[in-house]
Amino acid sequence: MSDLYQLTVSINDTEYQRSVEPRLLLSDFLRHDIGLSGTHVGCEHGVCGACTVLFDGQPIRSCLMFAIQADGHEILTVEGLGTPDDLHVIQEAFWEAHGLQCGFCTPGFLMTLVPFLEENPDPDEAEIRHAISGNICRCTGYQNIVEAVKLAAENMKTPTRG
Amino acid sequence: MKTSIGEPIKRNEDPRLLTGKALFVDDVNITGMLHAAFLRSDYAHARIKGIDTSAARERPGVVAVYTAEDMGEDWAPGPSNVAPPPAEEIIFHSRTQVPLAKGKVRYVGEPIAIVVAESRYIAEDAVEDIFVDLEMLDVVADLEAALDPETILVHDDLDSNLAAHMFQGKGDYEAAKASADLVISRRIDFDRGAAAAMENRGVIAHWEEKAQHLTVWDTTQAPIPIRNGLAARHGLPENQVRVIAPFIGGGFGPKILLHYPEEIMIPWVSIQLCKPIKWIEDRRENFLATTQERQQIHEAEMILSKEGKILGVSHTFLHDTGAYDPYGLTIPLNTESHATGGYDVPNYHSEVKVVFTNKMITTPVRGAGRPQGIFLVERLLDIAAKELGMDPVEIRKLNFIPPEAFPYEREIIDQAFTPLILDSGNYQPVMDKAVETIGYHQFISEEQPRLRAEGKHIGIGIIPFVETTGVGPYEGARINVDPSGVINVATGVGTQGQGHFTSFAQIVAEQLGVDVSDVNLITGDSAEFHWGTGTFASRGAVVAANAIHASSKIVRDKVLKLASKILEAPEEELELEGGFVRVADIPRLSISLGDLALEANPLRGTVEPGMEPGLEATAYFGPQYGAAAFGVHAMIIEVDPETMMIDIKRYVVAEDCGRILNPLILEGQIHGGVAMGIGNAYYEQLIYDENAQLLNASLADYLVPTACEIPHIEIEHLETRSPLNPLGTKGVGEAGTIPVPALYAQAIENAFPDHDFEILEMPLSPNKLFEILYKKEVGR
Ligand code: FES
Ligand code: FES
Repeated sequence: MSDLYQLTVSINDTEYQRSVEPRLLLSDFLRHDIGLSGTHVGCEHGVCGACTVLFDGQPIRSCLMFAIQADGHEILTVEGLGTPDDLHVIQEAFWEAHGLQCGFCTPGFLMTLVPFLEENPDPDEAEIRHAISGNICRCTGYQNIVEAVKLAAENMKTPTRG
Repeated sequence: MKTSIGEPIKRNEDPRLLTGKALFVDDVNITGMLHAAFLRSDYAHARIKGIDTSAARERPGVVAVYTAEDMGEDWAPGPSNVAPPPAEEIIFHSRTQVPLAKGKVRYVGEPIAIVVAESRYIAEDAVEDIFVDLEMLDVVADLEAALDPETILVHDDLDSNLAAHMFQGKGDYEAAKASADLVISRRIDFDRGAAAAMENRGVIAHWEEKAQHLTVWDTTQAPIPIRNGLAARHGLPENQVRVIAPFIGGGFGPKILLHYPEEIMIPWVSIQLCKPIKWIEDRRENFLATTQERQQIHEAEMILSKEGKILGVSHTFLHDTGAYDPYGLTIPLNTESHATGGYDVPNYHSEVKVVFTNKMITTPVRGAGRPQGIFLVERLLDIAAKELGMDPVEIRKLNFIPPEAFPYEREIIDQAFTPLILDSGNYQPVMDKAVETIGYHQFISEEQPRLRAEGKHIGIGIIPFVETTGVGPYEGARINVDPSGVINVATGVGTQGQGHFTSFAQIVAEQLGVDVSDVNLITGDSAEFHWGTGTFASRGAVVAANAIHASSKIVRDKVLKLASKILEAPEEELELEGGFVRVADIPRLSISLGDLALEANPLRGTVEPGMEPGLEATAYFGPQYGAAAFGVHAMIIEVDPETMMIDIKRYVVAEDCGRILNPLILEGQIHGGVAMGIGNAYYEQLIYDENAQLLNASLADYLVPTACEIPHIEIEHLETRSPLNPLGTKGVGEAGTIPVPALYAQAIENAFPDHDFEILEMPLSPNKLFEILYKKEVGR
């Protein structure tokens, strides 16, 4: 059994201290050690984007990082974005525009889009498609995801939330 | 009655899915749970001389290792999912998948041993510790060579690699051919693709020794048949086995195989160890060991009159079933059902040979044999149109089944094992709609010549298709009014993103006058509802929806009857709205559905004879035969002659899938279907080498289209209701996928008018298109 290492990480504004094996993937740590199973894994080789979380505000693939690398950093997962009664404006837009079907890919899309929309408040369709080109969705054909992003951008301009 | 059917209602299930609160199989966590990993064959065909698991067993953290030998009497091949169809003179050799390979391995990825350990990490380490002594055998990798008498056998006890052989026909094809003006014969090739649902498979089994109860969470499209099969296998009464298919991250067909090896092994191990066991497939395993589809080779022929009327279609084809054939002839039967498209074809002949190879098993993948059939008939028709100098749209209109000819009998057996009858349709208006929406005539007469003059390779395609949907046998639903006023609906079909929580709720909401959000749908849990067959063949909106419709009508009757008594008003004067029953003219005379449910369950006193408590009903629906949907896809493309990348300028879908339950959900199904069709046509191909090794078993190498490859899709709806079910619905789940390969072929040929080539294979890719064009150039 390999040695365990201490790690302190802030996830969705809560601080966690855990001992982990150095080889433990960040995605497995979030899902199984912390119990935040909203972050999904579709490939574990960095292609599908389902495991995307924010790492110090930047979208990263949690299947391509070790948990220990998150020591001292801040992570935001889909659970930290909104709740069923208080959806984030992007979640709300996905609901409105039917931007999800099975919903497996959705957390990854949402986490990719949060920083994208912050940096690009007024994206055109080509920019949106480019922004989500690192996330695979097998169900929606992307069209309603694109619509959802347009809607979210629109709604973000008006200060009403949801 | 306030209508919610047909409204674009937002989905009930979304808030949970959007916030990471929906339960998927891999989210299940049970105290004391152990984790499994499989040792899989690295070779497609080899004899197992010995397996040494001792090092694996000694690794700290490993709890158990099992091989086929260790299973003793419990080792048995999986059941056959689909029996051979009742066709005359059929040959069918059933060889079903095994839980762990015994004696020999038959495909790369076949499980040889299972390791159970304290963590998945340790289990995977221990898999590496196992030593398997294999004697390599020749490999059956080529579909055509598989039937050579010299070729080695996949199943040693058979005389050849022939799994099945079947003929079907209508009219007298040979006689018709003798008098035909035009005979078009071509060879058509289809290769394999993956369903590639974003969620891989997974199974968790929890055997509780004291309760003698097995609970299984499974990423299956058919929880109830899985429950029944597990109960039978373990000699347990069905009520001691519960199978739950929670939220499933996409199905598309392969998640319906009844009893993958892992679905047998995980419950078996849980029973051996009396521990909860979890196995979650990884993406590489998904590529190797989840079923695939589409490989077929056809010698196809169409005979026509000089006016362009189809006199007959004939095809002799090979269908690759892979190493085993648990799914019978479902795929080739669908291919046959669709090889005459939406056309009036008086003479038809088919011969299929299903072949064993050393590759993964094939079972239906979204489309399920239909894209091959449509490709075949549409390609032959395109070639015929060229020969006859006819417009591709005109030759199609000339041949459509006319509306008055429905129900139209094909006189062959389809996947439901009944004679194929197309129930209803009106095809020409759908074609006209597509032609008009894409601006076909204006495009070919003005725009295209102009763009061609600018040197652009711009092409148009327009392809109609039928889809047989909504096959039986049956589904059921139980509906009850909860004292809280919530309406609970339990049904047996699983759900993999099709929006059943909402579209089914709309049916109930309409009957009972409640809000769609007050309808709580429970699917995929055999403890809640235990009759049914599953979600496949685009049948949810037909079969399950009509069962729900039937049971909600009964509940409505019960509500009216009881309310009439309590409110002392005749039933005709009552209306159901906003969760209340009220007397139409006297709104203050009303009672809520919740209170009525309480009244329906008296705790004291006496009741009338024959009384049933509660406001509850269970009903079933089984269609007489399937409902046939119809559609036309059209697109305009520009091909870059250097890179062969295709830019889709416009994509139009005109569809008629009967009555629409929820247009939002329906359009979503079409978008997703088209996207998968585009993958099938131009990006996705499973590449096996001559040793039947899969060369692109990762999402980095197998290209699932991203948002940059998929166009904006314009959809037009027309509606011909099915006369076969009270809701008038037809299925749509697979429609988007079916015509896309044929559409690509037609549009690409149209984009290169000066090149003499034909597209007769799928999938294509930019490379392949380059080769097809370049070869022709060199050949000239
Ligand atoms: S699971 Fe991390 S990118 Fe697919
Ligand atoms: S909604 Fe199913 S993969 Fe995107």
